Order: sequence, then C-alpha cells, then structure tokens
Amino acid sequence: MAFHAPIATGRSNTGIPTGRLAVWWLLASEVFIFGGLIASYLLHRLNNENWGEIAANTSTPAGALNTFVLLTSSLFIVLAHAASERKDIARTLKFIWLTIGCGGIFLVVKAYEYTTEISHGFVLTSNVFWSFYYTATALHACHVIAGMFIMWMISHDVKISKNLHRVELIGIYWHFVDLVWIFLFPLLYIAK
Amino acid sequence: MSDTGIAAGHAAAPHEHHEEMDFWSKYVFSTDHKIIGFQYMFTGMFMALIGGFMAYVFRMQLAFPGESVPLFGQVTSGDYNMLITNHGTIMIFWVAMPVLIAALGNYLIPLMLGCDDMVFPRLNRLSYQIFLLSAIVLIISFIVPGGGFGGAWTAYPPLSASAEYNHTDWGSSLWVLAVALEFAAFLLGGINFLTTSMNARAEGMKMMDIPIVVWMINVAVILFMASVGPLIAGAVMLFLDQRIGTSFFLPAGGGDPVLWQHLFWFFGHPEVYVVLLPAMGVVAEVITTFSRKKLFGYKTILYTTFATGVLSFTVWAHHQFVSGIDPRMGNIFAVTTLLISIPIAEIMFCYVATLYGGSIRLTTPMLWGLSFIVEFLLGGVTGIYLGASAMDVYFHDTYFVLAHFHYTFFPIAIIGVFTAVTYWFPKMFGRMMNETLGKIHFWGTIIPFNCIFIPLFLLGMAGQHRRIYNYNNFPDLATENLQDLRVFATSAMVIMLLFQIPFIVNFFYSLFYGEKAEKNPWKANTLEWVAESPAPHGNFKELPKVYRGPYEFSHPDAKEDYWPQNVPN
Repeated sequence: MAFHAPIATGRSNTGIPTGRLAVWWLLASEVFIFGGLIASYLLHRLNNENWGEIAANTSTPAGALNTFVLLTSSLFIVLAHAASERKDIARTLKFIWLTIGCGGIFLVVKAYEYTTEISHGFVLTSNVFWSFYYTATALHACHVIAGMFIMWMISHDVKISKNLHRVELIGIYWHFVDLVWIFLFPLLYIAK
Repeated sequence: MSDTGIAAGHAAAPHEHHEEMDFWSKYVFSTDHKIIGFQYMFTGMFMALIGGFMAYVFRMQLAFPGESVPLFGQVTSGDYNMLITNHGTIMIFWVAMPVLIAALGNYLIPLMLGCDDMVFPRLNRLSYQIFLLSAIVLIISFIVPGGGFGGAWTAYPPLSASAEYNHTDWGSSLWVLAVALEFAAFLLGGINFLTTSMNARAEGMKMMDIPIVVWMINVAVILFMASVGPLIAGAVMLFLDQRIGTSFFLPAGGGDPVLWQHLFWFFGHPEVYVVLLPAMGVVAEVITTFSRKKLFGYKTILYTTFATGVLSFTVWAHHQFVSGIDPRMGNIFAVTTLLISIPIAEIMFCYVATLYGGSIRLTTPMLWGLSFIVEFLLGGVTGIYLGASAMDVYFHDTYFVLAHFHYTFFPIAIIGVFTAVTYWFPKMFGRMMNETLGKIHFWGTIIPFNCIFIPLFLLGMAGQHRRIYNYNNFPDLATENLQDLRVFATSAMVIMLLFQIPFIVNFFYSLFYGEKAEKNPWKANTLEWVAESPAPHGNFKELPKVYRGPYEFSHPDAKEDYWPQNVPN
C-alpha cells in the first residue's frame, strides 16, 4: 500500500522540525536507560573498594584509542551535516563513510579487548564488575552498530539527494553514542 | 521511502483520493491513528478478560480453600502464585497502560489537536505490533514447561533471578522479556504523542487551548520515559541473571537484591501517575461537559499536574520501609509521600468546584466520572496511612495495602476506562450506547466493587498477609469471622464480573444497531466533535482552526450554552 505522509507530519508549531524533535525525545529516553545502568554500577562501585583492582585489568590504552576514534567520528558526521546543508552530495557521502569507518575501527578495537579479557579468564559471569563491564560496553556497542546501519541506509537517500535533513538527525544520535562512551571510559577504565 | 521532513506540498493534497482498502490493510496493518487506538483498546479488553478470570480463580481459592473452582479445577499453590503474579502484571501493563495511554492517546490526540494523523504513523503501527508481540510472549509464558512466573508482579530477586528458587525457569524469563518489549512499545508510542502535540496542533491552538486530557497524557508519557529507563536496564540485568548466570541481584555472587527494588519502584511509583493522569484528564473532560460549566482552574490543574509529576520521582522508597533501608531515609520518603497528596487534592477540588453551580446531567459517562472522584478519594486517603513509615511497618504487605492499591487502580483502570468509552463511543463508532443498560452496568459495578474491597481493608487491619495460598494453615487468620469476610468479598467479585455482561451486550449491540450519533451528541467544545461520527480516515473534511480555549460552556457571548473551539465568534 502506498503510504502518504499525513499533513500533521509537515506542521511545525514549535518551529523545530518534527524529525529533530523526535530524535531528541528518543535520546531523552535513552539517557534514562544508560543512566539507570551507570547509577547501578556507581552504587556497587562505591560499596566495593576492591573493584578498583579488578578494573585495572581493563586496557586503558585501547579504551583511550577508542575514545579518540569516536571523537574523530563525531567531527566527521558534523562535517557531513555541514556539507549536506550546502547540498554538496559528494562531500556528504565521503564524511558519512568516514564516520562509518570510524565506527568499524571502534568495533575492531573493542573486539580485540574482549578477546584479550576473555582469554585472561575475565568473562561476563566472573564477578559483578565484569558483568557490568560487559553489559554496559555491549549495550553501547549495539548502539554503535545501529548508528552505522542507519547511516548506511541514509547514504542511499543522500546519493539521490533525498532526505538530506536526516544527516543531521543521525548526527545528533551519533553524538549521543559518543557521549555515552565519554561516561563509560573513565568509569570502567580509568578509575582504579 | 516517503518524505517525513517538512513537506509543504502535502498540505495541498489531503486524503481525498483513497482507494478502497481490503480488510488487512484497513484494520490490521493500518497506519490510521484511530484504528491503532482501537487495536490497543481491544487487545487491552481481551487481556482484561484474562486478568479478570485469574482474579476470579484465586478469590475462589481464598473463599473456599482446597475446593475445585468451576471453569478451572483444583488450584495448586504454584497455580495460585502464577495467577496472582500475572493478574497484577496483566492488569497494569496490558490493560491500564494500553487502554488509558496508548488507546486514548492514539485516538484522541490527533482529533483533539485538529490534525489528520500522528506525525509518525508508521512508527505508531510498529509500536502496536511490538506491544502485540509482548502480549503474545506473556501468554506463551503461561504454558511453557514449569508454568508461568509466580514471584509477584514486583519480581523481587533473588526469587525472580534464579530458577533454583522460583522453579519457573522459562516462565520467569519470558515474563521479563514480555515486560521489556512492552516498555519499548510504549517508548516509541510516547515519542509520537509528544512530537504530535508539540508540532502538529491546529492553526490558532495555543498551549493553553490544549484540552486537559491531552496535556495529562503527555505529562504521563514524559513520566513514563523518565522512570522506565532504569527499569529497562534492570530488566536486562535480571534477564542476564536468569539466563547467563550473572549475579547482579544475587547476594550469593556479590550482587544486591535491594538494587532491583530501587530500580523497580523508581519506575513503579511514577507509573501510578502515568496511568492516573490520563484517567483524571478523561474525568475533567466529562465533568465539564456534563456540568455545562467551564472547567474550574485550567491553569491550576495544569501546574499541579506538573508538580505531581516532579514529586512522583521522590517517593519511591515508601514501598521499601521494611526492606532494610536506613530509617532516616524512611522519614524523608514519608514526608515526600505526604506532600504528593497536596497537588492531587488540589486537582480534585478543582473538579468539585467545576460541578458547583453547574447544570449537571447524570448521563452514564457523568456517573462514571463522578464515581471516579469519590472512589479515588478513598484510595488516596488510605494511602496517607501507608505513607507514614511507622504505620507502614504494621500494614506492610497486608490486605490493607492491597485494598488501598485497588481503590486507586480500580478507579483508574476500570472507572476511568468506562468513563472514556461511554463518552467517546459515539465518536468512535458513530452510534449511541444504550443509557439504561449503561446505568445497570454502572451500579452493578460500583456497589460490588466497594463490597469487595472494604472487607479487605478490615482483613488487612486484622493482620492478614498478602500472597498466601491458604489461610487455614494460620490459626490466627483462619477464624470464622475473617473467613466470612473473604467469602463476602469473593461473592461480590463474582457479582461484579457478572455485571460486566450488560456492558459487553451494550457495547456490541450499540456498535451495530445503536441509534445513529450526530457529530456532537454531548454538545461539547473540543475539536474531535467537529469531525463526522465515526471520524473517517484523515479525520476532518477541512482541518479546523482554533479561536478559543476548550471549555467555554455557558459563555454570555455565545448563542448556545457551548462554544466550540473552531467557531469564529
């Protein structure tokens, strides 16, 4: 069945485009999901002094590298957005693919970390710290994968100059994914 | 893929050339907000039948312990636990939530705001489909090996976290999965409600022209969004505990079971307001229409609603006074709990003030609306006793709590829903419901309701603990007069269930043979009454413009005793 967007979709009483508004509300609900997880972790951490020693087993250099990669990818998606505003299709596509590439590097580094940790015997069920570590980082990695997938979908539209405003929407989401990592990195890697 | 950005071109071409759709695309895979609302409503009503039947079975077991229950058979203790757990789960998550928020929100928001649909119709459809999936997962959990989950609707670990303790290996995991899916469905729906209300209002409709029920649904959505996140994280953790063997909530492995209680009640208490607010909004619409008088204190109601929303995040630990939390923390939560009764009482006073001096019409929806105020008041007042931490130590987990809870949730989930259904039925289906049957149903529900739960208050004060399968094993609670109260409550419950037959008959008879409804049978002001009855796909022939607030009844400048929002002077 052919789908016609209703008139409601085109209205904008607030002056903010409806799509952008929806992404902000989506992120608001995500904040509370990650917020709940991080708050639970913090409560445990404050009651378990030995967690500092356990946390020393995570690889800070690998985490730092990933932080750098994600921050760079955020820059790329901003550049993609700027290019899309000027309707510069080639440049938009280039930066979307660079962002996806950074997401890929992030996942490869993460996979390397997981492999090292598991081979040292630190698995999901080892103790509550590792349970939190794997749950939080895997949940975050799922968001990275979802973001990469959506970018890939958007890139098809961008090729034919359609729905260019969606580059901004995925950009907002991608910054959020980045921001979650900025919280996870010090909490799981640095604080010993 | 179609353009969901700003598309001015669409405004010139509304839904005039609609080809005839087959049954599947019209009723099953529709993106029309009204059809999706009906899908939620009928799914909710179906689940209510299951939840009601469960209550019948365990009440029969309590009144006549050990005897075979008609239509069910012998109730084992495992059955009993499964029934009470899933009665609570179903009634809150699969009846109150879908009918009050999802069904009413979907049906009313675009109509009351004067637009043709939600801003994201396909997201809306996806939200229902996920919800339906969650209901199916829950029903499957009843029949898997080991049976349905029986660890109470609050699912406290360690009982819920390990099959070693709960003996329902599959049932408990499917329960968590179903609840998590349901949350995801409502988050998606909520994003749609908020963006539609913010961006798609009719021309001329200012913030203070939005009907109260739409405001309250939106506030409820924000409360849900802000409270459910931590519980979603908690549900993931609980699921990992059950299936992978982590120990987030298992003390044996270094976990903390009280953490779950915090996550659960941080959601669980705002959740009361998530379902209460839409019901209160419905009641506001109904009492102002049938008093033929402007709603008293529109802005006061609005601001107190916000205050309720903010305060509702500060009261959760009053569920945990006996969980070993610091008594000093108990004092703080007792105070916040008493505080939250203030804004709610203020809203109640506004409703009573609306009635004062009005020309009241006692139609069926009005009777439901008035009974909401009376019955919810009893629920609210008994809550004050439980919020006082010293008294709660005695009352905790007794039938006093249970009766208090039902005096709040029955008005919300049953009275509120009947208010809404009887009021908007003409708009939904284009026909009037039968008033005589409606009134028989009303009195046949309200009187037995009080006969069920007043005895349960008395039982609770006598020390009757919740979640016990057979009181004969407790000499202090097996006395004859206490058993008489249990039999009385159960009999009233069976009578109440039987009195739902007139409603079902009325609903389906009126659906097909009721008197045809005009556009605005109740002479109300809000925009949904501008559309045809029943409202067609696309809602309005011509999208309305708004000139005034939603409650201008008996205004001296108006020709009649009502002044619709869309009429230019």
